[in-house]
Amino acid sequence: MQAQAKLSELSVGASAIVRAYPKAGASFLRLREMGVLPGTSVTLVRTAPLGDPIEIKVRGYSLTLRKSEAEHIVVEPV
Amino acid sequence: MASSHPAGAAPRIYAVVGNPNCGKSTLFNALTGLKQKVGNYPGVTVEKKIGTAYSQHGQPMTMIDMPGAYSLAARSPDEAVTRDVLLGRRSDTPAPERIICIVDASNLDRSLYLVHQVLDLGRPVILVLNMMDIAAKNGITLRTARLEKELGIPVIPCEAVNGNGLIDLKLAMSRPDLPLSRHAWDVPAAIASAVAELQASLAHDGKPPLSARAEALLLLTDQDAVRVSGSTPLSVRTSEILKGWQRRWENEGTDWAAILVQSRYDAIGKIADEVVERRPVGSSATDRIDAAVTHPIWGWIILGAVMALVFLSIFTLAEYPMDWIDHHVAALGEWVRSSLPPGDLRNLLTDGAIAGVGSILVFLPQILILFFFIGLLESTGYMARAAFIMDRLMSRVGLNGRSFIPMLSSYACAIPGIMATRTIEDSKDRLVTILVAPLMSCSARLPVYLIMIAALVPGDRVPLLTKVGIMMLMYLLGTGGAFGFAWLFRRTLLKGAPSMMIMELPPYHLPRLRDVAFHMVERAWIFVRNAGTIILAISIVLWFLAAYPRAPQGATAQQQLAGSFAGMAGHAIEPLIKPLGFDWRVGIGLISSFAAREVFVSSTAVVFSVENIGEGKTMNVAPLRTALRDARWPDGRALFTPLVCLSLMVYYVFAMQCMSTVAIVWRETNSLRWPLFQIFYMTGTAWVVTFIVYQGGRALGF
Repeated sequence: MQAQAKLSELSVGASAIVRAYPKAGASFLRLREMGVLPGTSVTLVRTAPLGDPIEIKVRGYSLTLRKSEAEHIVVEPV
Repeated sequence: MASSHPAGAAPRIYAVVGNPNCGKSTLFNALTGLKQKVGNYPGVTVEKKIGTAYSQHGQPMTMIDMPGAYSLAARSPDEAVTRDVLLGRRSDTPAPERIICIVDASNLDRSLYLVHQVLDLGRPVILVLNMMDIAAKNGITLRTARLEKELGIPVIPCEAVNGNGLIDLKLAMSRPDLPLSRHAWDVPAAIASAVAELQASLAHDGKPPLSARAEALLLLTDQDAVRVSGSTPLSVRTSEILKGWQRRWENEGTDWAAILVQSRYDAIGKIADEVVERRPVGSSATDRIDAAVTHPIWGWIILGAVMALVFLSIFTLAEYPMDWIDHHVAALGEWVRSSLPPGDLRNLLTDGAIAGVGSILVFLPQILILFFFIGLLESTGYMARAAFIMDRLMSRVGLNGRSFIPMLSSYACAIPGIMATRTIEDSKDRLVTILVAPLMSCSARLPVYLIMIAALVPGDRVPLLTKVGIMMLMYLLGTGGAFGFAWLFRRTLLKGAPSMMIMELPPYHLPRLRDVAFHMVERAWIFVRNAGTIILAISIVLWFLAAYPRAPQGATAQQQLAGSFAGMAGHAIEPLIKPLGFDWRVGIGLISSFAAREVFVSSTAVVFSVENIGEGKTMNVAPLRTALRDARWPDGRALFTPLVCLSLMVYYVFAMQCMSTVAIVWRETNSLRWPLFQIFYMTGTAWVVTFIVYQGGRALGF
């Protein structure tokens, strides 16, 4: 088992499995509803030209979120 | 309620539900053709679209196009309306008898989340798998029959863009009996008793049993429920039960909403495993396009080029229809003038109604072209990329990337910009964007800038560099003001949690020109219909102020205006505007151009007795410039010193001088409070900044 990281720390092109949402809140509920759930595989596709937000691929589609949101998502790089 | 539907009864009501970007509008347009009625849900600025489709046997069916939603646990006003209509919570919209769920076939898991919530409602559902061709290209095969069996409802593969599958859909819609979904899923044990208790309470409030269960489940994910006007509130008992459970779970540390979402996705996952077959494919066209479009260097170049193209088109293409409208409005005025006897009625029609409405109508081509491009950017998927690129910058002032296109559009005209803010989900972000958008220097300010620059620079010809330099200064001032006020409002008036940027980047599509054109005409019609009456009313009032009281026979136009109510008002506000360097004659210009900024030029021409300056491209500024240079204060000082010209331009950068914008903000915010606030804060700022510029300039010896 690999060390856990924050989703915001992944490098471009890296994939990871979502492990936990340590914080509750409306934006995290929406991310879950969009299919970003513990156990789901995500890939960091790119960061925006100014470094924020980030684009991830999840369940075959592209989703953007800000780093301030991504840093509260614990992932396990694969 | 899968009861049979007797012929001759009122048409059956269908709701069309789906995620944003799933091709819902295309399907809706294909089903209803042009038979649509577009309006707003009362009390909330969400578009209400109702159309009529005909079955294969010619039976009419009423279709309600629900706003795009990812979940019924609403996060935006759009989603709140979808939720409320489906739950029968809105008295202004009939509860739909049947529901058509449309999903993007290449994105089944996530799309099924909404479907899963909708199935709970206990109404007959038809599932449409749209964009089957794109799914196939992405290496995705869907076993439709299997999905039909799992869910127990009709499942129809479809390509709405080229009409494939529409007949099958219509056949399914015409079926007298539609089955209810067989899909059963277990509410997780941790929250099951809460759901049961809420369901009982809701049933007690008069909800049918299945719908009560669906609503009970939704209440648990509606964390900070977006309430919109027009929705029936919960009964006291039900909300007490809900609060009781929430307190209990909070103490136990149970994340009930997360449990619920997880269990839905578990159920969906089981179905998807059976139905979806994926074969690996190389990078898609969207991936390749995005590599360039969101590239750290190319991304900016492309964004700049796209925007430059939009603005270039607006300014070059709009010119011809604008001249045409100008010409015909003038001809209509002439015709009325020659066919009616002289008198007040004739003047009311020509100088009031026709001239006033014409001054707005002339911007319609620009507005249409902007709507067209905004529609094009939206339907191709580029809009989301522009928001992605710009989010970082916009977030510095507390906005998000989606505010970018509306703000940028406002450089041409604030009206399409403000109407485009509907794509901003967060209602505070949207309101802030609406409030500051008119500060972006729009094209109606150009004539004022041009005439002031001409009067400001000595000599007959204005050096290009000076002209461009001063113009740039004005644009920068407006843009800086817009961002400054956005920052201020987000910290004071509209404080709140920072907005999110959880946004789907949809695959690129070739634009459907028919849908884009349709959308454009629809928007323009909304503008004309809503702003039209207000514009007409204000035009007539402004005409009256300039035409009464009547000057004695033989007076010139200038004497008439000077002695009119408008002239008196100019005198009355002189003490207020004198510290800005303006006299009462400038005051008349300010008052009369409240209708539209460019009216300043024509009314100033009347005040200073200049005739025939023309308009638009044929505008000849020389006579007016000379008249302005000759204008004097009673003590003989020159009125339009360079400093005063600059001050006047600065005033126009900030002041809210556009009744169409007022009308559209009124409509888009659903209250008179925000447009009034906007007039107050913008014009107030205009006064303060102009005061600083003028007095500062004087102190420095200009």
